[in-house]
Amino acid sequence: MDAFRRRLINVDTITVGESETRGLSRIVITMKCEEEIAEKIVKQLRKMIDVIQAQRLDIESSVLRELALIKVKTRNLDERSEILQLVNIFRAQVVDVTTNTLIIQIVGNVKKINAFLEILKKFEVLEIARTGIVAISRGLKCLSSKNGAIIKI
Amino acid sequence: MPSGAQLIVQSLEKQNVEVIFGIPGGAIMIFYDRLRDSKIRHILMRHEQGAAHAADGYARASGRVGICSATSGPGATNLVTGIATAYMDSSPVIAITGQVPTSVIGSDAFQEVDIVGIISPVVKYAFQLKSAREIPIVFKKAFFIASSGRPGPVLIDVPKDVQQETIDEIEIPREVIVSGRGVISPDPDPIMVKKTAEILLNAERPLIICGGGVIQANASQDLLNIVESLQIPVVTTLMGKGAIPENHPLCMGMIGMHGKVEANKAIFEADVILAIGTRFSDRSTGLFSEFAKQAKVIHVDIDESEIDKNIEVDITINSDAKKFLRMLYSVLSSLSYKKDKTEWLKRIAELKSQYAHVYERDGVFLKPWRIFKIMREELPPDSIVTTGVGQNQMWAALHFPVYEPRTFITSGGLGTMGFGFPAALGAKAAKPDKHVVCVDGDGSFLMTSQNLATAVTENLPVVVVILDNRSLGMVRQWQLMFFNKRCTEVDLGSVPDIEKLAKAFGAEGFSIGDYEEFRSAFRNALRNEVCTIIDVPIHPDEKVLPMVPPGKPLTEVILE
Repeated sequence: MDAFRRRLINVDTITVGESETRGLSRIVITMKCEEEIAEKIVKQLRKMIDVIQAQRLDIESSVLRELALIKVKTRNLDERSEILQLVNIFRAQVVDVTTNTLIIQIVGNVKKINAFLEILKKFEVLEIARTGIVAISRGLKCLSSKNGAIIKI
Repeated sequence: MPSGAQLIVQSLEKQNVEVIFGIPGGAIMIFYDRLRDSKIRHILMRHEQGAAHAADGYARASGRVGICSATSGPGATNLVTGIATAYMDSSPVIAITGQVPTSVIGSDAFQEVDIVGIISPVVKYAFQLKSAREIPIVFKKAFFIASSGRPGPVLIDVPKDVQQETIDEIEIPREVIVSGRGVISPDPDPIMVKKTAEILLNAERPLIICGGGVIQANASQDLLNIVESLQIPVVTTLMGKGAIPENHPLCMGMIGMHGKVEANKAIFEADVILAIGTRFSDRSTGLFSEFAKQAKVIHVDIDESEIDKNIEVDITINSDAKKFLRMLYSVLSSLSYKKDKTEWLKRIAELKSQYAHVYERDGVFLKPWRIFKIMREELPPDSIVTTGVGQNQMWAALHFPVYEPRTFITSGGLGTMGFGFPAALGAKAAKPDKHVVCVDGDGSFLMTSQNLATAVTENLPVVVVILDNRSLGMVRQWQLMFFNKRCTEVDLGSVPDIEKLAKAFGAEGFSIGDYEEFRSAFRNALRNEVCTIIDVPIHPDEKVLPMVPPGKPLTEVILE
């Protein structure tokens, strides 16, 4: 994180999870900054010990997804059915129901999630939890450990 | 069944560690108890900052990994300045710190501090051990990480119970995996090397900027081969000082804020510049946007993240300096056409003689350049000089020519006052047969002077020459030049009496009044078997000149 903090860059999202290789984590970081700064940060990350590969993903040629859980208060049946309609339209899912709340799960690109949240504004949204973005490049081009910096000593 | 502490000692012995600089304490006593049975020499410092600087000085003088150790909490935090210094100058140092037992980590136990968190931004890597089983692998990795790729410091934090834990004999895996480009010494791209060779051969006014990377890569001879076969003049950065003998006819000396005028001028007259192992620091380049803008610049650096960081160049080569220079030499010998460089070499000689007089001006008071001249006359060529930070450092860089790599040891990147003296102790421990002289200022020296006790009790007879202007001279110089002569909080008064200070520690001290007294005191000091300090009075108005004001291009030099 030092590479970001030193340049006073705010990280928008960061996701960490297992990758295709056992013992190897994939971290996806998103931020807003000048392209040239991003390039410098990638070089800084690449030289860190334990970092096998670091690359900038081109948004156009990558698939980006985020998941959000949204807890909405439902005051009456009308509200509830209106929300369920919207859930259908956005291909979201209801994952938990109580007498006066719904938890909705939505997966998609950031634009879609933001649009859904915007539309839910007219209801009483109690809580939002977003995973941050996971991303992968399209086609055969991969960020793989095969061409990474690994040395046996 | 070995204990964790024994495994640490064994790991250090396996790496042929000769010496550790440190101070014991509660959380590292178990390790010290085992270290007692080893042949490894422990040098007891009087402050942990000094331990880190000494390990750094050892590393820079010898090219090997320097080791320091401290206890948890304040012991560990005191190391930080020294470790940050090593990080900025890419010096391979390993710091071993004690830590409170794993069972109480996170409870604010006595002398507990999250040293891994504190030190992470200034080390290549920081380990915290969870079990004694990890020790052989972690130490193997730590030595590799510290010394490979662009070298740098590594921390190993060892909780007390891990030092104590006894385990069954463990099999050390034959292969350990380390990842990250930071440990790789990249090979140069042959196509780019060929291109570089062609550009150099076709250049009319080529120039090499040599940085500390050439020294780190032990590539001085390889540099010299190219310089001499192509007759290319060389300038160095502060960290590159010593990469080429400074009395070599093609060496023009140091560039930068306090660089030689002729060296800075050459930067602006060259048509092709080959920069090797330098990160183009602001102190070397002056205003980035003006730097060498007329020249085609080729930048070679082992660290990919240094490329295009400060200066955008024409050709970039991510490579180890030695591998690059060797490949370039072999490519050059297969190509034959050469441009006539007589004019350029004439110009270089002319620049040198044109500015020779600006460095050697006499006055009523003692002049630093004359002190350095005497030192150079008295010292064998392979002697090691370390410096403090400030005027003393820049005077040494300007006026004390060095002839061999690893003989000029200074805190370049971090500019840590107090570096010189403990670094000299480390250098002396590495090279006991060489003369080691620390050039310091009175302000800088006092920051780590408690280690005089170490110099005496550990029998490390270094010579300290204090250019004593009774002030924080470089700050004062800036106040005189850029703050309307308002000298604020830079007057250090008439204390201490350096001669008495030395004697209080059992060291030798001399105060001198003129050049001949200095010469004889210096001769005595070199013969002395005990650490000797020579106090040289310098007038507080004596400035480091030439100087390029901060934020200005290197051409805007102040000469007087």
